[in-house]
Amino acid sequence: MTIDDTTPKMRWWDRLAHPGQFMIWTAYLIWPLVILTGLLMVLGLYYAFFNSPADYQMGDTVRIMYVHVPTAWLSQFVYGAMAVSALGTLVWRHPMADVSMKAAAPLGAAFTAMALFTGSMWGRPTWGTFWEWDGRMTSTLILLFIYLGIVALWRAFDDQLRAARVIAIFTLVGAVNVPIIKFSVDWWSTLHQPASVFRPDGPTMPGSLLTPLFLMFFAFTFLFVTLQLVAMRTEVRRRRIATLERKAAQGASA
Amino acid sequence: MSGFLATLRRELRLSMSGSGEILTLLLFFIITGALVPFAVGPDKELLARIAPGIVWIAAFLSMLIGLEKLFRPDRDDGTLALYRLADLPLSAIIAAKVIAHWLTSALPLIIASPFLALILAMDVPTFWRTILSLLLGTPALAAFGTFGAAITVAIRRGGLLAPILIAPLCVPVLIFGVGAIAPMGGPDQASAALLFLAALSLISVSLSPFAAALAVDWGEE
Repeated sequence: MTIDDTTPKMRWWDRLAHPGQFMIWTAYLIWPLVILTGLLMVLGLYYAFFNSPADYQMGDTVRIMYVHVPTAWLSQFVYGAMAVSALGTLVWRHPMADVSMKAAAPLGAAFTAMALFTGSMWGRPTWGTFWEWDGRMTSTLILLFIYLGIVALWRAFDDQLRAARVIAIFTLVGAVNVPIIKFSVDWWSTLHQPASVFRPDGPTMPGSLLTPLFLMFFAFTFLFVTLQLVAMRTEVRRRRIATLERKAAQGASA
Repeated sequence: MSGFLATLRRELRLSMSGSGEILTLLLFFIITGALVPFAVGPDKELLARIAPGIVWIAAFLSMLIGLEKLFRPDRDDGTLALYRLADLPLSAIIAAKVIAHWLTSALPLIIASPFLALILAMDVPTFWRTILSLLLGTPALAAFGTFGAAITVAIRRGGLLAPILIAPLCVPVLIFGVGAIAPMGGPDQASAALLFLAALSLISVSLSPFAAALAVDWGEE
């Protein structure tokens, strides 16, 4: 029997479904991603602190924007990544989709918490209040609760494989909150300022402010990608250890 | 259809079987509402202003606390396995459960709400608006609650997890529910809030049985 041209070629996402293959492939990605993230962060922070003007109204506090806006955008993006992974679990039963969903949840919660915290710090000098129940802050707080609920749900299940499909449905039902956050500043014009970058007419901010903003956007996005990959590898190792422990317990009783 | 009605009859008979579930729920509702004057003081004006919110929070908490009885007893005595294998689709059975849940959890609360309105110094027009908003909004709470109970049915000590998961999803119901009674923007906002509330109820009641059926199936495999 020889492998000939009629054997179907395995696509890369099928190859990646094997945890061992996934570990081998991603091992080469970690250090380059770390270096890239570090470079972007250093560059972005340099531009944010030293190479960009202070706002004529808010003064130097505008520099909080360079951390607040990327973390806020990431809090929604990570939920999007989780929702795509949930689709991968439910539609294609891809094993790495389960792991990706589980790894993304605490990261998303952390980014949402950071967005709320930095926004709070920024709100005090500019609006005079740490917190206000306006549309965007309320729906982002709801997003934080949903993230933390998903983290709690993963921990509550004994069988992680069974948990993955159930949590995937919950993730997809909760995904309805994300468009509400994005458009909440348009629907309820309360305190938080409306969109000034991703608008149909183009950004309203000058280039000197946009450069560090986009640098920090990319820096934080690559930070998430790096952390996500490391978290996925850790989860694969964690499951391996659980299996080995179970085998050892069985072997001892045999 | 006969299978659906039979399931509905079974759920209703079990809930009213004298185990005192409905009474416990009613007591929780009344006590939660009655605690607030102890905490914020007996000032009638303040109470009248926050009364719609208190009634809604009490209803919200009561409906979320009572979620364990939806699936756990069935799982423990094996009925859930039979439901999954039955001719009637699991989503139809769960739809019957949503209806039974609303009839035995939300309807008693609505009937008991005059007492709460009385001790919270609510005036009569506000009270009628409260009844209407509860009638339109509690089906959404029942539907989301069933979905949350289905997600956590496979967890051994699920306990408080279902309310925690469902509360963020039910916040829009709460916002529109109170907005229909005491709108902050003016009287015309009330009808808009009622329409949103009705829309939420319709969407959640029609879609949650399917989502819950998937969750039960995959949780039990």
